[in-house]
Amino acid sequence: MKSIQLRVNGQAVERDVADNTLLIDFLRNGLDLTGTKEGCSVGVCGACTVLLDGQPVSSCLTLAVTADGCEVTTIEGLTEGDRLHPLQKAFIDYGGFQCGICTPGQIMSAKALLDENPHPSKDEIQSWMMGNLCRCTGYYKIIESIQAVADGKVST
Amino acid sequence: MIAFEYVEPESLEEVLALLEQHGEDAKVLAGGTGLINLMKQRLVQPAYLIGLRQLARSPELAEIRPNGGLTIGALCSHRTIETSALIQHRLPLLATTFRHVASVRIRTAATLGGSLAHADPNQDPPPALLVLDARIRIQSRHGAREIELGDFFVDYYETALEPEELITTVVIPPQPADTGTAFLKFLPQTHDDYATIAVAALVSLDGDTIAQARIALGAAAATPLRARAVETALQGQAPTPQVIHAAAALVAEEVDPLADFRGSVEYKRDMAVVFTQRAIEQAVTHARGASGNV
Repeated sequence: MKSIQLRVNGQAVERDVADNTLLIDFLRNGLDLTGTKEGCSVGVCGACTVLLDGQPVSSCLTLAVTADGCEVTTIEGLTEGDRLHPLQKAFIDYGGFQCGICTPGQIMSAKALLDENPHPSKDEIQSWMMGNLCRCTGYYKIIESIQAVADGKVST
Repeated sequence: MIAFEYVEPESLEEVLALLEQHGEDAKVLAGGTGLINLMKQRLVQPAYLIGLRQLARSPELAEIRPNGGLTIGALCSHRTIETSALIQHRLPLLATTFRHVASVRIRTAATLGGSLAHADPNQDPPPALLVLDARIRIQSRHGAREIELGDFFVDYYETALEPEELITTVVIPPQPADTGTAFLKFLPQTHDDYATIAVAALVSLDGDTIAQARIALGAAAATPLRARAVETALQGQAPTPQVIHAAAALVAEEVDPLADFRGSVEYKRDMAVVFTQRAIEQAVTHARGASGNV
């Protein structure tokens, strides 16, 4: 057992966690932040993507103890009160949101992209988002959603 | 997940002391993208997991430094190497190769040292590092040693690293003049997959003659490998289509691929020939327009 202190979606959090607890289980079971989904459990599908100090990581491959002292951002951290983040709104408006399982990971990856490169080309979006799988095969809509935010077409 | 005790030392000396103390019972954790998966599958079951997070500011382990050639700290992430201005300028082959690895998310976490220690023969960086004649610096409590990367890979997921040792740095020596390189990853499935066959080539020209050729392949055997017969066949020759074609054909006898869902043994062997030829052709083209960077 280890005591960890971190910030999750801007809130200070202090908890005891078992050494072998994965970040995804800490978020979902320890903090009830169930927006983050677990898909493949091996780092391939991207469903569990969260931001660790602003960088996208697979929370299924990250130990909670290694988030000690870090800032973690999950899908729940994107809304401001009732106001959706532009990416969340775009995924609804442009049909990037389908069955929903991959969506939190898609949006967190897209946020990491736009934070680093606010105006990516279509190729840059495709290349960056390659590690986020969607079994509804909605890739075109997902790319359009991200492009719309990058082009400033989405207001919330 | 298996049970283990996680420790996070503040210094390299403490890491080495713990490795010495626990030996086979301990593993070091860097990015975790390889090791955590192996632990989830119970293929590796360390009693102690030694986190290297506190060493992330160590110049030796975390920096990319010009040093005649270049030294790259073992804790540099794939993404750091891919986006480093120094690497993009001096060794564009490495920037290109690391950009081919998995996805941005994995490249953000996965480290250079971690991937080498993981030693999956399907990885992309080893062939590129092999043609650059990379060496690995390894440290234990008893001192440091430096070995050629080619001698580091012993067998499938097996390396020359002893349980009490840690990879600290990868050393890239200066490269010959008028050199061109290429890295080709034959990827018939998704872009974030391992290759069916991967080939790195380095060719340096002396006028119209190949002064030196280094060819290495990934996903072609139980370890990454240098294609020495191909290299010998190119050396001292003019890089004509006939010479390149005949040299590339020799790779069929050097590879020993494992069949998997990315291709049969026969298919991978055939593709090794095709992609070796293309990689040599590209490296020659690049060498002709060489700017001094590889």
